[in-house]
Amino acid sequence: MLDWIAGLAAWELLALEPPGWGGVLLRGLAISLQVAVGGYLLGFLIGVGGATGKLYGGPILRDILDVYTTLVRAVPELVLILLLYYAGTDALNQVMALIGAEPMDISGLAAGIFVIGVVQGAYQTEVLRGAFKAVPHGEIEAARAYGMSSFKALRRITLPGMLPHAVPGLANLWLIATKDTALLAVVGVAELTLVTRQAGGTTKSYFLFFLAAGLLYLMVTLLSNVAIRWIERYARRGMPAVR
Amino acid sequence: MKTKIITAIAAFGLSLAAHAASAETVRVGVAAEPYPPFTEPDAAGNWTGWEIDFMKAVCAEAKLDCVVTPVAWDGIIPALTSNKIDAIIGSMSITEERMKTIDFSDKYYNTPSVIATAKGSGITPDAAGLTDKIVGVQVSTIHQDYVTTHFGDVAAEIKEYQTQDEANQDLVAGRVDAIMADSLALDAFVKSDTCCEIVGAVEDDPAILGAGVGVGLRKGDDELRQKFNTAIAAIRENGTYAEFSKAYFDFDIYGK
Amino acid sequence: MSPETRSWREPHRLVLLAIAIGIVVFAAVNMRWDWLPRYGEKLVGGVGTTLWLLFLTSALGFLLAVPLGLAQAAGPFWLSGPARMFCTVIRGTPLLLQLWLLYYGLGSLFAYWPEIRQSWAWPYLRSAWPYGVLALTMSFAGYEGEVMRGAFTGVPKGELEAARAYGMSPFTAFRRVWLPRAIHRALPTLAGETVLQLKATPLVATITVVDVYGVISRVRQDTYLTYEPLLLLALIYMLLTGILVVAFRWLEGRVPVKGS
Repeated sequence: MLDWIAGLAAWELLALEPPGWGGVLLRGLAISLQVAVGGYLLGFLIGVGGATGKLYGGPILRDILDVYTTLVRAVPELVLILLLYYAGTDALNQVMALIGAEPMDISGLAAGIFVIGVVQGAYQTEVLRGAFKAVPHGEIEAARAYGMSSFKALRRITLPGMLPHAVPGLANLWLIATKDTALLAVVGVAELTLVTRQAGGTTKSYFLFFLAAGLLYLMVTLLSNVAIRWIERYARRGMPAVR
Repeated sequence: MKTKIITAIAAFGLSLAAHAASAETVRVGVAAEPYPPFTEPDAAGNWTGWEIDFMKAVCAEAKLDCVVTPVAWDGIIPALTSNKIDAIIGSMSITEERMKTIDFSDKYYNTPSVIATAKGSGITPDAAGLTDKIVGVQVSTIHQDYVTTHFGDVAAEIKEYQTQDEANQDLVAGRVDAIMADSLALDAFVKSDTCCEIVGAVEDDPAILGAGVGVGLRKGDDELRQKFNTAIAAIRENGTYAEFSKAYFDFDIYGK
Repeated sequence: MSPETRSWREPHRLVLLAIAIGIVVFAAVNMRWDWLPRYGEKLVGGVGTTLWLLFLTSALGFLLAVPLGLAQAAGPFWLSGPARMFCTVIRGTPLLLQLWLLYYGLGSLFAYWPEIRQSWAWPYLRSAWPYGVLALTMSFAGYEGEVMRGAFTGVPKGELEAARAYGMSPFTAFRRVWLPRAIHRALPTLAGETVLQLKATPLVATITVVDVYGVISRVRQDTYLTYEPLLLLALIYMLLTGILVVAFRWLEGRVPVKGS
């Protein structure tokens, strides 16, 4: 028992320089955050495309997008991560081979971003679709009456107009993205959860490292919440308060 | 401002797409778990161990630019076949079953498989000793095959772990009564924790336990295989193998 | 007819359906499925494990969520504070981390207490599934606690005042008015949360609990196949999700809704 408490209180294991593992944990956190940011942005791009497709696209496009969002929302993220990480990168390399290019060495980071991006894309499509619908149609009609092309109207009227409505959903998806990066531990990407388990395994101080990792994730969440509140206030400036 | 954002995003995207596989780089897959004394990450995040030294020696000899690529063990063979890595140096035994999917270089070490239990458990490394016990093994290993074939009927339960490290931890925690793995790996484990001891080697079954550990390679990748074979023979000849093994073992682990 | 509920007999849908069937047939013929008979029984067992994990943890999690929500909605600070913290921590950290913390962290604790191995609890403490159940239950309770908090605070105050005006004690008012109304408000989200819980269950395979994901992992390791086992696994989860959604929709149809 004393050994276990000693393991828990071995703060020097968290030191930033070796032989402390703090530096490794922080590097893992950096990878997690990079994957989260990259995946979120990719998901946002896919989401904007998907939402416009669902709202303004033809019936075939709408059905294909429906299949995409239903598939991603019906299958566990863990299974999707495995599928996209192994089968997806394999398919990508086969396509590259078909067009005669060298097989791309897709780093764990890039594959992770791709995976999180595709998963986020489906959820973002739904959130953005709801937000797009909240933009008063009169404004879009006015934009068209002014002769703006669809893309210009999207860029100048629709996107800025739907952001305040989208912020709660987008905020939630950001928090989901940061937590989904932990699942990449199962495919061996050196993000925070995996390096925590490795550090715990090497030093036998599991509790200490998992608590430290938990604190790091909590800090990311809490800081994100502060930033989100600020963004929401900025996005909703001039609009009536919700609560 | 806009151009800055666009260039930033473009740079970010390009940096990700950058690394096209060059002809001389060999991505060597290792299991993303601590597996002392063969591979383990240190606090600085570098991989160290006997197998890493072996890899450096062989790659220097064959003039290859080897890059350590940690991959989850249970996905390491699919990673090889789907071109995410070019070779596996992860204490992977040469077996008939695996040879259906991948090729191997010549062996570079061969050690028996043993069973470890809690101290004073009285378990013997055979079917009689393991009756009604919970046995832990790592998935996708010869040890898993052996336990399932020889002890599957008598053991109370066979628990399978993604990494050997997890199996070791569960033995310490008492969740399993016995674990079976490579003798050197378990030797390092029992030395590091006072809980457990090795009770002996299992009866040999060459069909399952294989003929030693080799470098895993894609089927048909004969050029790389030749390079590795020549390099392995060379470092055995010129004493490099003995040199870096001295720091870890006091006997020759090459085996028969 | 709204544009979104077109009949499935529309020409473009028939073409898409034909393409989908073509893909399925192509996959069935060209891919290796010879491993299916060998693992069929294990797969059924795995699905069973997934389902009982889902229902047990959802039920227990909901039971835990009600007091958590109530504590945050109406409790004194020494109840609402810890409840808030619990929900914040659970929702702020990944489930995988929570699961591994419980399994490896607590597991390493037991090594230091040899006496524990003689106790009656040992067979449970040494198995993996209790930790899976505990982690999944806590996770469900953390998220549902937030939902219940919103549900409890959302019940119109007028109804509670009317209950008190009728002379009901606080406990009777809770039992007869507040709790049923709150649960009724939370019910629609319950379906979605249960589907999310289904998607969380595969994580227990990382601590040696053999659910359907664990079985497919075994298949992947034995056969070294990349696509086939994972595609089958995705299909199984899609079917399970579909069945869940349909079942909840049927259930909601059965619940009588008076007014709001």
